[in-house]
Amino acid sequence: MSEPTHENTEKPRSPAGERWVWLSGSALTLALLITLTLVAVVLGHGLSYFWPKTIEKIVLDDGSARLGQVSNRDVDPISGEPRVQYKIGNEDWYGHAFEWFDRSMIVETSIPRDAVLLERLSHGRFFGFLTEVRGGGTIDLGAVDPWDRLIEAQERVGELQKTVDDYEAEMHALNRRARKVGDQLAKLLYDRVPEDDPRVVRLREKRAALLGEIDAILEKSSAEEARIRQVATTFRDADGREGEIVVADIVRAVRPNAITFTEKCSVYASRFWELLSEEPRESNTAGGLFPALFGTIFMVFLMSIFCVPLGVVAAIYLHEYAKDGPLVRMVRIAVNNLAGVPSIVYGIFGLGFFVYMIGGRIDDLFFAHRLPEPTFGTGGVLWASLTLALLTVPVVIVSTEEGLAAIPGGIREGSLGIGATKFQTLTRILIPMASPGILTGFVLAMARAAGEVAPLMLLGVVKLAPSLPLDGEFPFVHFDRKFMHLGFHIYDVGFQSPDIEAVRPMVYVTTMLLLFVVATMSLTAIVVRNHMRRKYATGSF
Amino acid sequence: MVDATTCGTTDARTILHVRGLAVSAGPRALLRDIDLAIPERRVFGIIGPSGAGKSTLLRCLNRLVDLDESLHVSGDVELDGRSIFAPDVDVDTLRARVGILFQQPAIFPVSIEKNVLFGARHLRRLDRRAAADLAERALRDAALWDEVKDRLDAPAVKLSVGQQQRLCLARALALDPEVLLMDEPTSALDVQSTDAIERLIVRLAPRCTIVLVTHDIDQARRVTDRLACLGLRDGVGRLVQCGPCCELLDGRTNAEVAERLGGGSCCD
Repeated sequence: MSEPTHENTEKPRSPAGERWVWLSGSALTLALLITLTLVAVVLGHGLSYFWPKTIEKIVLDDGSARLGQVSNRDVDPISGEPRVQYKIGNEDWYGHAFEWFDRSMIVETSIPRDAVLLERLSHGRFFGFLTEVRGGGTIDLGAVDPWDRLIEAQERVGELQKTVDDYEAEMHALNRRARKVGDQLAKLLYDRVPEDDPRVVRLREKRAALLGEIDAILEKSSAEEARIRQVATTFRDADGREGEIVVADIVRAVRPNAITFTEKCSVYASRFWELLSEEPRESNTAGGLFPALFGTIFMVFLMSIFCVPLGVVAAIYLHEYAKDGPLVRMVRIAVNNLAGVPSIVYGIFGLGFFVYMIGGRIDDLFFAHRLPEPTFGTGGVLWASLTLALLTVPVVIVSTEEGLAAIPGGIREGSLGIGATKFQTLTRILIPMASPGILTGFVLAMARAAGEVAPLMLLGVVKLAPSLPLDGEFPFVHFDRKFMHLGFHIYDVGFQSPDIEAVRPMVYVTTMLLLFVVATMSLTAIVVRNHMRRKYATGSF
Repeated sequence: MVDATTCGTTDARTILHVRGLAVSAGPRALLRDIDLAIPERRVFGIIGPSGAGKSTLLRCLNRLVDLDESLHVSGDVELDGRSIFAPDVDVDTLRARVGILFQQPAIFPVSIEKNVLFGARHLRRLDRRAAADLAERALRDAALWDEVKDRLDAPAVKLSVGQQQRLCLARALALDPEVLLMDEPTSALDVQSTDAIERLIVRLAPRCTIVLVTHDIDQARRVTDRLACLGLRDGVGRLVQCGPCCELLDGRTNAEVAERLGGGSCCD
């Protein structure tokens, strides 16, 4: 009995060094807290953007009234009065979309059930009351209630719009053919083929015919569009001022005060889907982010195709073939330092080397007839991903080397000792066993590449790209095209926009999406890596 | 100095001939003046204190020593009368003819069957039927077949260390080696697994030559036919004694043998 008691009293109460555990613990807590706050702020602002908020009607002390959604509350820094910011929309009617009101100015607040929120193709949101919907001779509306008539009109206009879309697709195809013919023509003329050469004449005629066709379709399309624009509504604002809004301009009409929670959820989902699938509107302040999302993923994907094989092969040479000496040590130090070079330096290098030197050469050799308009001699998705591949290749090299170093030496001897060649040992044993390390490098490279913006600004990122770098048009992948990127989108929308109040939610949403893209790509790679790790665990050594 | 002829054998052909082999790591000599004649289809033991260069000597026999760039080898090793250091020798073929088994089993993170066929696959083109037959034969030779026949597709790393060592043996046997080098193959194993490996060594000896490095004098007594004793003299590994196992060890206690090796006396 007494012996264990004796032992207990002899144990030191706090082993040396453990007194400082709280310090490392709280450092970790602080780091976690900062990260979580960042994510929470971005998610909170980003996700609430899609929710159809209640529309309030306020009557002011001067008798005028406003309709809008509360967007901010604070205390006036000068008078010390509490004040509320409303998003009142209707920028084309009032000249501004946001307004601050002192709490004391507001006489009465009410929540009108029939207040309507319109998302429009131009001039942003509109708040008002629906008074009338007219078919305008284009369509006949069956419903009686104005709101039902609006819904019916939207459906019918949507159907009619399809013909216009078809015309547009047709024009696009013709345009492409005309461009191709123009390109052939330019090539002939560049080769100094005389103007009266039958080939030149034939191409000129062909192009003229195509352009004529396009004009004909454009005329039909405009006529149809004018007919559609006859379908219009009349809206009244809180002060009773009336105005016409064309149904074709309305993207979405919601009555947030009248709908149930489930309906609000469906509005939320449809707005979210719009974000992921649609193109941006109104100089990127509204609409979707699909081109930027696609551009980011495509660019990162292209980058990994370049950087992972290059990094892995380089690491294999460094670790398995190179004789350890001062040169290899220097190379290793250089590789490690390369990862720390500021990205804008890579941007400058990419611009000078890839764009002007290589791109310029390609243009001289293959696209001389298009000059002075450059094809590859300007920023594009290929040059951007190559530059980012250079930027991230050290990360891949370092982690692949770590993966190779973690393989027990006995495995190499075991394989070579039974007559396998060095190449077989590499491809069959070493590379599979180092694959968790390779994938770690891949994750780090991807996360870094998806977040880089500075070098891209020199290498072909644009605020609005007319077409994606990957589409149905031959040769399907267009390496020379400029592209949109979520990181640049944040910068452009947040800091190059005239109306910061209007775009603030968009900045949060874009940030959220960028974080989401990086997290998804990293998570996928981590799951694959863990699978590999289990598969290639070296058991009972 | 031991002459190659004194440990030469009268009743069997010599398959491996080591002549004046010396190994140095930079300025430091590890092995010097090693002359051995290893008889065919016998168990040839190499014993000696640690640091005497037993493993290094073994690795010279299939040029695994090449992997360590800091080691410099001089002298010669002949396999069937041809130098293995000759420029026209294909190292990979040589290593397939002279297989090796290590102290720690080197198991590849693939299935049991793929482990067995790893070397064999690359040397000959096998169809599926022949590959399965070869795997079974090799596993039977290594006395592992009954334990793993139901789970040939299972990851090999799940096997116990003793089984892994026999799997490595099967992998080497699948190549039909002429010589099998074993570098203290039982030092990481428990008594039962050691017993199993020793029985296999005795059973395999009539089929292929086995060169066994061990620090266990009892093991040498049990399984070897001929024995070479390496000893340390001035920090350099040298051949101390060489001869039939019974001559060297019979009538002496382990302590006497060890004292003799450590004392660095020459053969009597």
